Amino acid sequence: MNLHELTIHRAHQLLRGEEISSVELTEAVLARIEAVEDDVRAYLNLTPDLALKDAEAADARRARGEDHPLLGIPLAIKDVLSTKDVETTCGSRILEGYMPPFDATCVARLRRAGAVFLGKTNTDEFAMGSSTENSGYFTTHNPWELGHVPGGSSGGSAAAVAADECIAALGTDTGGSIRQPAAFCGVAGLKPTYGRVSRYGLVAFASSLDQAGPLCKDVRDCAILLRTMAGHDPQDSTSVDLDVPDYAEALRPDLEGARLGVPKEYFVEGMQPGLEERVRAALEMWEELGAEIVEVSMPHTEYALPTYYIIAPAEASANLARYDGVRYGFSHPEAENIWDAYRKTRQEGFGAEVKRRIMLGTYALSAGYYDAYYLKAQKVRTLIKDDFDQAFETCDALVAPTTPTTAFRIGEKTDDPLQMYLGDIFTLSLNLAGVCGMSIPCGFIEGMPVGLQVFGDAYDESTVLRIGYAYEQATDWHMRRPPI
Amino acid sequence: MKLSREEVLHIAELAKLGITEEETEQFTEQLSDILDYFDMLSRLDTSDISPTAQAIHMRNVTRPDEVEASLAPEEALKNAPEREGGFFRVEPILE
Repeated sequence: MNLHELTIHRAHQLLRGEEISSVELTEAVLARIEAVEDDVRAYLNLTPDLALKDAEAADARRARGEDHPLLGIPLAIKDVLSTKDVETTCGSRILEGYMPPFDATCVARLRRAGAVFLGKTNTDEFAMGSSTENSGYFTTHNPWELGHVPGGSSGGSAAAVAADECIAALGTDTGGSIRQPAAFCGVAGLKPTYGRVSRYGLVAFASSLDQAGPLCKDVRDCAILLRTMAGHDPQDSTSVDLDVPDYAEALRPDLEGARLGVPKEYFVEGMQPGLEERVRAALEMWEELGAEIVEVSMPHTEYALPTYYIIAPAEASANLARYDGVRYGFSHPEAENIWDAYRKTRQEGFGAEVKRRIMLGTYALSAGYYDAYYLKAQKVRTLIKDDFDQAFETCDALVAPTTPTTAFRIGEKTDDPLQMYLGDIFTLSLNLAGVCGMSIPCGFIEGMPVGLQVFGDAYDESTVLRIGYAYEQATDWHMRRPPI
Repeated sequence: MKLSREEVLHIAELAKLGITEEETEQFTEQLSDILDYFDMLSRLDTSDISPTAQAIHMRNVTRPDEVEASLAPEEALKNAPEREGGFFRVEPILE
């Protein structure tokens, strides 16, 4: 048995039965990291000594009779989530050396449960990107084919899960940043409903869209992690005060009576050959499991991309104003006055994509253009949300591809930002509507994983997980391992 | 929508973002392309549609105004690039 290949729920069984200790499990994962990390480069910052201390503490808690599904489980954390006294850079040079004085709430909840933290995973700078190529440090490689991107922005977390360099990981999703890399790396990734998981300590990119969520080896693990991460937090006034269900409890392999909508606008020209067939085959599988499949229309789908790329950069341009070189992070040493210091610090500290989005957002909010761009986009956001509300009136969940292609080659799209943005067309609208969604693997094209997306209404993660679980249990895509 | 070089420099100044000569040229072209793409939104009539600023429609979230422990000054200052005593040190603001 290779301990690093375990899921959370399987590892929990073994830990609870005292067949393994958390130290043994953590050492096995650290050995796996040692073996493959030079090729994958999933982590920006590894903390093996802290991980072993966490593991020893978890074993001691278990010896005292404590139990929790995450007690002693080694996890990876995306580097846009604050970790107390562990460097948190958001993949940006401007935050090099930054040591948060507090944990993000979702991290703190896992820590209280007794999870083991292996380190911080690579991300596109401030989560802006779809490939990790915008990281200020290096690009992560897809474990299925090292010359390809892992997706992004949570590409480090997705690659770490796929390569068994952790048992599970946390990511964040502003326009697809959990689901798209999950699809590219052949793992399960869930974006919770906006407000389900506290954003406190999630370094802000676009505050009306950001959510943290799990990336895991299977759906049950997503259910377990979400249950612990989620819940109301007085530190985040946009986190909702709703009960968090026991998601794992609700997982059932049959779907009698479930109604799944297939939005026809999600099957577009220009999709990679073979991708639609794999998604259609999944629809047939769901039908065999007892679900009813109906076609629905979401007519504003094509407007989600321009709407997102106005709203997200507008919010980002305001959020990233805080990086001024005064309180933390990089500060340019040669400045004549404060304004010069701001300009030079931001010029050197930020990478090209972050600058591009700050420019775009500033423009969309500037005098004379606000109505034409930002206000217009907010109105179209209403229409996009209406599409979802209507679809969920007749359907329990919606299903579609996660991405129009499988993982592309490193360097293939870096010269053309618009082409890179177009890869996000199937994931963005969920963030605009605030609803939840999950990507799970549904096959391969030329050795690269294909992602299948299930989206559910606000706060209905249970249904999404149940529908994903039924498909997963009827297939074995999630058992496949990359050749690395 | 073709952005001029002056507009690009103006936006960079609004954002207090230094950009190089090469970036100025690149952004002029790339941002113009992206703005052209955004024009598709003008096909939609939104005159009777109200804007959505956030999707979950929460309103007036309040909590009791109770004094709690906050970050200790040393903790708050520990990441400061430059400090003086209990303060962040900055370049002159008034000449």
